[in-house]
Amino acid sequence: MLKHLELLLLMVLLPFGIAQAQEVGPQDATAPAVDSSNPSDSSAVSLDTALEVVPPVEIAPPGAVTVSDFPNDAGDHLLVSFEPSPDEALGILVYRIYRRTPGATDGTEEWAVVKTVAAGDHTEIVDGYDPDYLVTQGTQYEYRVAAVTADCREIPGEVTVAQVVGRGEWFHTEKLKVLIGCIIFISLIFYYFKRAQMCHELYLRPIPGIDAIDEAIGRATEMGKPILYVPGLSGIEDVATIASLTILNRVAKKVAEYQTPLRVPNRDPIVYTVAEESVKQAYMEAGRPDSYEANSVFFVTDSQFAYVAAVNGLMTREKPATNFYLGMFWAESLLLAETGSLSGAIQIAGTDAITQLPFFITTCDYTLIGEELYAASAYLGREPKQVGSVKGQDACKGIVMTLVTVGIILSLVDIFTGGATDPSKSLLLKLQGLVDVTSLE
Amino acid sequence: MKRTVPMMIAMIGGIIMMIQYFIPHQVSQDVFNYYTEWAPLVGSFALVLGVGSLTRVHIHKIRAKAPNWPYSYAVLIPLYLIPVFAFFLPASIGGGTGKPSVFDFMYSRVQIPIQATMFSMLAFYIASAAFRAFRAKSALATILLVTAIIVMLAQVPIGDLFGRWLPDTGLWILRFPNLAAKRAIELGVGFGMLATCLKIIFGVERGWLGGAGE
Repeated sequence: MLKHLELLLLMVLLPFGIAQAQEVGPQDATAPAVDSSNPSDSSAVSLDTALEVVPPVEIAPPGAVTVSDFPNDAGDHLLVSFEPSPDEALGILVYRIYRRTPGATDGTEEWAVVKTVAAGDHTEIVDGYDPDYLVTQGTQYEYRVAAVTADCREIPGEVTVAQVVGRGEWFHTEKLKVLIGCIIFISLIFYYFKRAQMCHELYLRPIPGIDAIDEAIGRATEMGKPILYVPGLSGIEDVATIASLTILNRVAKKVAEYQTPLRVPNRDPIVYTVAEESVKQAYMEAGRPDSYEANSVFFVTDSQFAYVAAVNGLMTREKPATNFYLGMFWAESLLLAETGSLSGAIQIAGTDAITQLPFFITTCDYTLIGEELYAASAYLGREPKQVGSVKGQDACKGIVMTLVTVGIILSLVDIFTGGATDPSKSLLLKLQGLVDVTSLE
Repeated sequence: MKRTVPMMIAMIGGIIMMIQYFIPHQVSQDVFNYYTEWAPLVGSFALVLGVGSLTRVHIHKIRAKAPNWPYSYAVLIPLYLIPVFAFFLPASIGGGTGKPSVFDFMYSRVQIPIQATMFSMLAFYIASAAFRAFRAKSALATILLVTAIIVMLAQVPIGDLFGRWLPDTGLWILRFPNLAAKRAIELGVGFGMLATCLKIIFGVERGWLGGAGE
């Protein structure tokens, strides 16, 4: 009987016990039950600790911002430097440099990030290069630098009104060496102009390509075939084209004297008009205006390879006895010269395009290399001022060659003495600086 | 007058541009931009003269029944018909410059493939030119041939099979003797350009004036 009573009591109490056991705690519904009395359950304890909100580390904001005018510009750049936060090591990733124009009505009164720099990288930037945030000359800006931490907190520094506004300069101080070089060069050119005019006989070394021009024109005349003159594919703004047009004038004069047909296909419409007038004038000077053919100078197309197709077609159909390629050329140089070579023409080329020179040297009978193209008009005309300019160039090259030789000697001294001779080393560095600036410009 | 005015313009313009180079101020930049904006405008007007020249030459050929005169039609018809399709006719009959249109078809399906074909011929021309250049007829030509072989092999992976010395030698040739020669030419070109510019500015060089120069 007692046994039955115990069983009945158990059955009555069991639902209460189960209900009590299933009751959800108010603190943490999902947290595993932790037996704090069990020392082996330490991981559960550390996790619980980690889940607590860690108070952020106090990081000092970046320091003072200094704004200065960027030198040698149009007033559209500012040099912004700032003091980094002293707590940079405590987790600052980058600095954001903000700028605004107080009181502006064009939307720039709001803060805009003009630059983001990595912490520890550098603390000086040039503001104004970003085309989206241009600096306007004479505008007073405000700057603010904010440090950004790894947890994406932004710690702004104080707002600084720019100490200066952008101002344009009237002389680029870094171009002083270039200016001095130009003055020396111009002075030498004028000196030789004068010298040539004072009837001093100036010697010019013979250039086979230029000497061959007369021979080439004579050959075409004897064969009764036309002369093809390609004035390059560049525009009139290219100095090589201008040099080519000057040579064309001289060639056309000779062609007019010999009554040889001339073909001048053009790629640039402005070059075409100048070339046409130049040839027309040459025929008049030669006393043969009636021999001038209106269609001898013509425009073809401004498309590079369509032009090549047209000129190559002309070469294969009319088989000119002489081809001149003088001026600026690109990929078409070999296409033209090789076709001309296959057609059996005598070919004279000249260009200042270094990459195309090997093609011309390979396929043409004579090639004017680089500066020889510019000197050709002086050689052909023999006018005192033209000859003087060539001598002026030579004098300048002499100066450069001297500097290069001195540089080589100083380098050798530096190598053999292991850098022990300070005067030679410092002189060498100065020389290298001079050359670097010259090449940069 | 015909000669003096252009020369004065060239002289003043040239001197202004020369001075402008040394002045970074905004005023100087504005002058430079103003000048450079004029160039495309002048070019546009000159294009009319160019098209006129092309038309004149080919009409002359057709009239004179010069050799291959029917090809002149192949120049003149597209020259005038394609702009008509591009600018005047409605898209419903193939006008306009979008896709599909006669203009687009002629440009992308005719002109571009023909240009690519012309350009691709360069490879064959390089081979034939190289064959001519590398014939070892003299001591200098032999040096050129040997140098070319070294430089070419140095640029391709097979060069490594001969040993590390080959790519290194090829690189040395490019970096020192080749670069020195290129710089020497560039220096001469630079001085030549400067001298020509000075001659134009100061009226010594008048070839650019065409007939008005004399």
